[in-house]
Amino acid sequence: MISFILNDKLIHTDKPAGMALLDFIRNEANLKGTKSGCREGDCGACTVIEGQLKNGKLIYGIIVSCLTPLGNIHGKHIVTIEGINMETPSPVQTALVEHNGTQCGFCTPGFVMSLTAFLLSDEHGFEKAREAIDGNICRCTGYKSIERAALEISEMKSGLQAGDKLNRLEQNGFIPVYFLSIPDRLKKIQSNREESHEGKLIIGGGTDLLVQQPDEVFEGKAKFLRRNRTNNGITFRSDFCSIGGEATVADIMQSEVLQQYFPKLPYYFKLISSTPVRNMATLAGNLVNASPIADLSIFFLALNADVHLTGENHNKRTVPLRKFFIGYKKLNKTDNEIVEKIFFQLPDENTYFNFEKVSKRQYLDIASVNSAISLKIKNNVIVDAHVSAGGVSPIPLYLKTASAFLINKEINVENIIKANTIAQKEISPISDIRGSADYKRLLLRQLTFTHFIEFIPDKISITKLLQTIKI
Amino acid sequence: MNNIDAIGHVTGQSVYLDDIPLQEGTLHALAFGSDIANGKIISLDVQTAENFSGVIKIFTAKDIPGENRIGGIIDDEVLFARDEVLYIGQPIALIVAKDDYSARKARKLIKVTYEEREAITDPREAKEKGLLLFPPRTFESGNIEDAWSKCDHVFEGRADTGGQEHLYIETQGAYVYPLENENLKVHSSTQGPTVVQKTIARVLGLPMHRIEVSVTRLGGAFGGKEDQATAWACMAALASRKLHKPVKISLSRPDDMVMTGKRHPYSSDFRIGLTKDLKILAFETTLFQNGGAATDLSPAIIGRSLFHITNSYHIPNVRATAYSCKTNLPPFTAFRGFGGPQAMFVIEAAIAKAAELLNIPARIIQEKNLIKENDVFHYGQTAKNVHAAKSWREVLNQFQVENNTKEIEDFNAQNPTVKKGLAMMPVCFGISFTKIPMNQARALIHIYQDGSVGVSTGAVEMGQGVNTKLLQIASQFFSISPAKVKIETTNTTRVANTSPTAASSGADLNGNALLDACDKLLLRLKKTASKTLKTDIGSIEIIDEIVFVSGKATSLKWKKLIETAFLDRVSLSAVGHYATPVIYFDKTVEKGRPFAYHVYGTAAITAKLDCLRGIYSIEKVQIVHDFGNSLNLMIDLGQVEGAVVQGIGWMTMEELRFSKKGELLSNSLSTYKVPDIYAAPETIECKALETEGPELAVLRSKAVGEPPLMYGIGAYFALRNAIRAFNPEAHIGFDAPLTPEKVLLSLYSVTKVAGTM
Ligand SMILES: Cc1cc2nc3c(=O)[nH]c(=O)nc-3n(C[C@H](O)[C@H](O)[C@H](O)COP(=O)(O)OP(=O)(O)OC[C@H]3O[C@@H](n4cnc5c(N)ncnc54)[C@H](O)[C@@H]3O)c2cc1C
Ligand code: FES
Ligand code: FES
Repeated sequence: MISFILNDKLIHTDKPAGMALLDFIRNEANLKGTKSGCREGDCGACTVIEGQLKNGKLIYGIIVSCLTPLGNIHGKHIVTIEGINMETPSPVQTALVEHNGTQCGFCTPGFVMSLTAFLLSDEHGFEKAREAIDGNICRCTGYKSIERAALEISEMKSGLQAGDKLNRLEQNGFIPVYFLSIPDRLKKIQSNREESHEGKLIIGGGTDLLVQQPDEVFEGKAKFLRRNRTNNGITFRSDFCSIGGEATVADIMQSEVLQQYFPKLPYYFKLISSTPVRNMATLAGNLVNASPIADLSIFFLALNADVHLTGENHNKRTVPLRKFFIGYKKLNKTDNEIVEKIFFQLPDENTYFNFEKVSKRQYLDIASVNSAISLKIKNNVIVDAHVSAGGVSPIPLYLKTASAFLINKEINVENIIKANTIAQKEISPISDIRGSADYKRLLLRQLTFTHFIEFIPDKISITKLLQTIKI
Repeated sequence: MNNIDAIGHVTGQSVYLDDIPLQEGTLHALAFGSDIANGKIISLDVQTAENFSGVIKIFTAKDIPGENRIGGIIDDEVLFARDEVLYIGQPIALIVAKDDYSARKARKLIKVTYEEREAITDPREAKEKGLLLFPPRTFESGNIEDAWSKCDHVFEGRADTGGQEHLYIETQGAYVYPLENENLKVHSSTQGPTVVQKTIARVLGLPMHRIEVSVTRLGGAFGGKEDQATAWACMAALASRKLHKPVKISLSRPDDMVMTGKRHPYSSDFRIGLTKDLKILAFETTLFQNGGAATDLSPAIIGRSLFHITNSYHIPNVRATAYSCKTNLPPFTAFRGFGGPQAMFVIEAAIAKAAELLNIPARIIQEKNLIKENDVFHYGQTAKNVHAAKSWREVLNQFQVENNTKEIEDFNAQNPTVKKGLAMMPVCFGISFTKIPMNQARALIHIYQDGSVGVSTGAVEMGQGVNTKLLQIASQFFSISPAKVKIETTNTTRVANTSPTAASSGADLNGNALLDACDKLLLRLKKTASKTLKTDIGSIEIIDEIVFVSGKATSLKWKKLIETAFLDRVSLSAVGHYATPVIYFDKTVEKGRPFAYHVYGTAAITAKLDCLRGIYSIEKVQIVHDFGNSLNLMIDLGQVEGAVVQGIGWMTMEELRFSKKGELLSNSLSTYKVPDIYAAPETIECKALETEGPELAVLRSKAVGEPPLMYGIGAYFALRNAIRAFNPEAHIGFDAPLTPEKVLLSLYSVTKVAGTM
């Protein structure tokens, strides 16, 4: 039995835990305002708001209902467009109307939910309002009118008086009054951890599984790892960090401590999927789906992370991430083993870290090539180096030879070119929908160069690099 | 006035096909398509699939009671392939089951064996092999042969544009149920209710009046539901009729992408000749349109390509030949611009090439050749009310293009790895269906006894705001509150024999028909008023729901007037009809006056390029556009912004890819990228050109749906200029879309990448 609150209504359902929330909303609850546009997380027409208690506090965010299995929403508050409709349109709805932010209207409920979730969040300002709708595709408006509405909404939000957020929003007509009762009502829903652990198929966020094999998830019995998750599993011990497998991309992106170590973290992670998918997609899912361009795999390869696995009978073992990927979609892991966490050393003041990703569309797209680098530098000499690259081999690639080459080298034009030449020998890109092999080779060269240009722009420039290549 | 649907949209209460409440016992249908692109069907075994639990029946070609034909213009398209398949995804069978899940499972159990033939996907190859969908057409003006010798410069080249997936967020679908006496009610997500009605009648062997097609609204269409919505409605109708059950079909996104047609890819050769003072004297081009496996709307689309091959320019000597090439891909179809954008890309490429080789900015050539009042288009129509130069100048002035150009030069000089580029894009687009008989429409008005008004037309609302405009027209004409007017669903039993809502002409044709109906009713009402008030009809006016006599308000209000008219047994219903006057076209000489009027405008587009990573953004799109006397500037500006972004998408990231075997590789939203919020230009500014508006536009408000899409073409050339700022020797073809891949490869092409990597 799965229990959750749908809008103002407590639901107990014995529908399969693998059923997509979108189907439940549209076909079982008969709420037709939530639309289906792609069923692969890429359009946002099915966006709904998910509320959950974290350490006793009610936190709201958006998810795509097409990729959310019912098993992942036990004990949560799910809000659809019907759940925010009031006697008169909310300021979000009014802003979209007044700015002509809707044409055919099919995408519109999704935008309304995303912008309403922005109001419910702790974020402020136009840029954040825009980020809230980065997972919503509109084919009609060209977005500018929606942006104007988002600007107005962000200004309205900043104008709200301080105080309890839900109360303030309710008083100003942004959300219906029933929201105020949700925290108490959620607390009353029992967790049922046992039931959630009965199946064979391991499900994290479901953003990969529900795209690849929705019918199998629907039919099968699954283990829902995220069902009773209450913390983000990110912990620090001296200069080491451990991140739980169930941590989402958003959890990592929003970690204030990690942001101190990686000041550009929000910028890097904004390149990964979209707001709703980041709220769902887990670290473990990203590693285990073993996609050669998985962004987190590439990111953590350059941090030389270790993967902690737990198998049957609580057998634990640790594998360096660079030895975790052994072939196309093949892992150094049995089907039963669960990725418990990853563990890595945090950068210090001598470390330079950078992550690059290029895709056909800059945001909400899979990389053509991505790459990360981590260099430890003492007295102008590299003393430790880890470079990774995705999209250039059957696995997320740790560039072993290039990394080794860089150690004990000075950062100069010649060494960068040599490192690239070595890297080019380590890779074996193929031509596919994400680009031709030639392109991927050139792109990796460029990203390798870019790592260094970004690091010391006054010393390394593309002009110098190109001149040196020519000679 | 805000879009009348907006509140329904933002509250999620607007009803789309997939939201229609289902009748009890509704069955769900799923099409089974060919796995190969070209071949003979040797055997088809649906038995195992039909036995699968939940499956009710599987239909194939042999179950069709009428004709297995759905082609509109030329009769070369079948509903279900029977003997041969011509593209991957071509429907062979229809699985009808109690739910989608069972149908999906059963689909995997259908077995077909084929005798496979080689697939042809390239239009030039098809042309070489003589595979044409219909004979080529040539438009000619002046004397091209003589002209070349008078040219000081002649340049040749090739230009290619890729296809474009419509990606309406609502996929195709239909819901059909039996009515009494063997009649059928069809809900279809279509731009052309009559086409659907007619084709179902044909497939089922029924007269048209037995089939009622109803459309409430579409979740986007862009041309993709003009012809290509029909097959799905036919399938659901077939199953519904045979099984006497309600049947719904709603395509999954991958099925929609694989099985339906898109914008035609074109490959073209061009030759352009200029005098030394940069007048384009001669332009010759051959267009190879990739038509796909069946004709669909290709003849009309290729026609429009030929009309727009000179874009906004006047060129005295033109020869343009177009081949519609038959390939093993889904039949390509209408998409906003309808062949116009593909043609304009060719002339813009030719100008860019000439400019590059002459080492001058393209905009000098563009500006020198803009069409002027009374110039004659190469198809014989005299240009009237021309605003090409005016909109061009306004862009230069209002947006300080000269200054921007300087700033860009400075910026480029200072930034080794980030470059900017600017391009100008003038647009001239003809309004009317190029098939003359389609330029007609009807409207039906009922004024109810309480004074409220119901309006039915043949226009289909798909986000373009046509219903809002129709409502404005009725309320303005009668001078009654907009709240008194309701726009009804589009239904073939109320308004028959409609043209599809397409060619930007929905508001013009249906609005004019509505005006005609309003006119008839108003006359009747004035008669009643003159009778009641005992005065002559000429002195009567209705203003804000009050009857005025010779400019003075009377106590007779709209509501009372209607009541009086009813009691006096005056008909409060009227049908209006409109047929665009003056247009004609003689295909034997390819000359005439095909367009009611032209829409003009100019855009300046600035692109910014990160030369390290090969990624880019469109910074600014600055437009001066000729709306005429816009009925609703808010809606029209929305059309401009949406069209511009769609055009930019087509020119940059939207890359339709097929394998050599004809398999769609970009078959999902994760592999086919349309602009997201960050890919939209940082700013789009659009100013309305002050013009009167032509008489043939409804209330002088010009059609707006398609023309602005072509401003997006400027993004291609702006980016190209940015690439050349980084690498003047870059090797860049004219091959859209200009994806990050092509950008990076050209940035480091020729001299800059010297062997090693
Ligand atoms: C719209 C969209 C955009 C995307 N964009 C990106 C992108 O930009 N970059 C990118 O890298 N990826 C992207 N992805 C791919 C993918 O969803 C992510 O990689 C995501 O991190 C997968 O995590 P999940 O928890 O949702 O996985 P799930 O679907 O739950 O699971 C994926 C796999 O991991 C296994 N698994 C999950 N958790 C564990 C565990 N703890 N232990 C062992 N096995 C486990 C599952 O059994 C399954 O095999 C995108 C996906 C979508 C739908
Ligand atoms: S339906 Fe497109 S994201 Fe869910
Ligand atoms: S309004 Fe049509 S998709 Fe956004």
